[in-house]
Amino acid sequence: MNVTQQALNSLPLTASVEVGKHLTWQLGPVTLHGQTMITTWVVMAILIAFTYFGTRKLQRVPSTVQNFLEYIHDFLSGIARDQIGEKEYRYWVPFIGTVFLFIFVANWLGQLPWRLFHIPSGELASPTNDINTTLALALIALGSYIYAGLRKSGLGYFKHYLESPILAAVWVLEFFTRPLSLSIRLFGNILAEELVIGVLILLVPLLVPAPLMLLFLLTGAIQALVFATLTASYVGEAVEDHHDEHH
Amino acid sequence: MNDITAAASVFSAALAVGLASIGPGIGQGNAASKAAEGIARQPEAEGKIRGALLLSLAFMESLTIYGLLVSIVLLFANPFVGRG
Repeated sequence: MNVTQQALNSLPLTASVEVGKHLTWQLGPVTLHGQTMITTWVVMAILIAFTYFGTRKLQRVPSTVQNFLEYIHDFLSGIARDQIGEKEYRYWVPFIGTVFLFIFVANWLGQLPWRLFHIPSGELASPTNDINTTLALALIALGSYIYAGLRKSGLGYFKHYLESPILAAVWVLEFFTRPLSLSIRLFGNILAEELVIGVLILLVPLLVPAPLMLLFLLTGAIQALVFATLTASYVGEAVEDHHDEHH
Repeated sequence: MNDITAAASVFSAALAVGLASIGPGIGQGNAASKAAEGIARQPEAEGKIRGALLLSLAFMESLTIYGLLVSIVLLFANPFVGRG
């Protein structure tokens, strides 16, 4: 048994810091992390409901929710256009937008008082608090930028691997380091946020965590922006012309 | 888990966070000071500079987060529990 954990859990308070405890669901041979699945569904439900009800009765001159949605769309296509370039970015706006919106809503959802809902084991938190979610997102990003390269230049996408063996080794290494850093960055940031909040609630349950939670709304948004921007820039690098020198 | 492993884990968890925050701290300070200089020189470019600053601060922050992650693993999910 871990000494630190014992010390933390033996404090005479209702709050406790829980890391790495999960509500596991067994689905045939697959073990699922229940609380991650629940909050992922919540995120999806929020996004789907919001866009569904915002796009009923579309008007030429947008008002209220439609206006807001169009603003979001402009923002997202701005990210894609900055990184991918005027020529190709339209095809990638839905993907980049989905990644950004999912991570954004997931990060902000973690600041809600989820611990009021008691579940048998672990506690509800934002889905990006789970390394499986972030790693899955990073692998999707990896797959999509390889797909972008193949779609743009066919097998010629891999041509630059043949130029020099040392650079080729670096590029092969990139397939591993990019998803790793993408996933660990997001996971670590969100986990750190929730840990800091947890420890503060353990020490001072009222008022003191509030300004930090505001700060974490900012960092959550920035992490979503970083993830989306990086994914877009990988895609942009894959679709740029490979005839000129690789940077 | 014996006492030596527990003590070493706690100690190295503290070291991991402490050492990992030195470099990014210096880097973030440099970046912020340069951004402030840039805004002072060209106030009309403030929006773009702020965007680039926030993005690069997030990158530097993630280096600290890697260290924090190591210490979290050592404290809460120690792989050496039950060995030795």
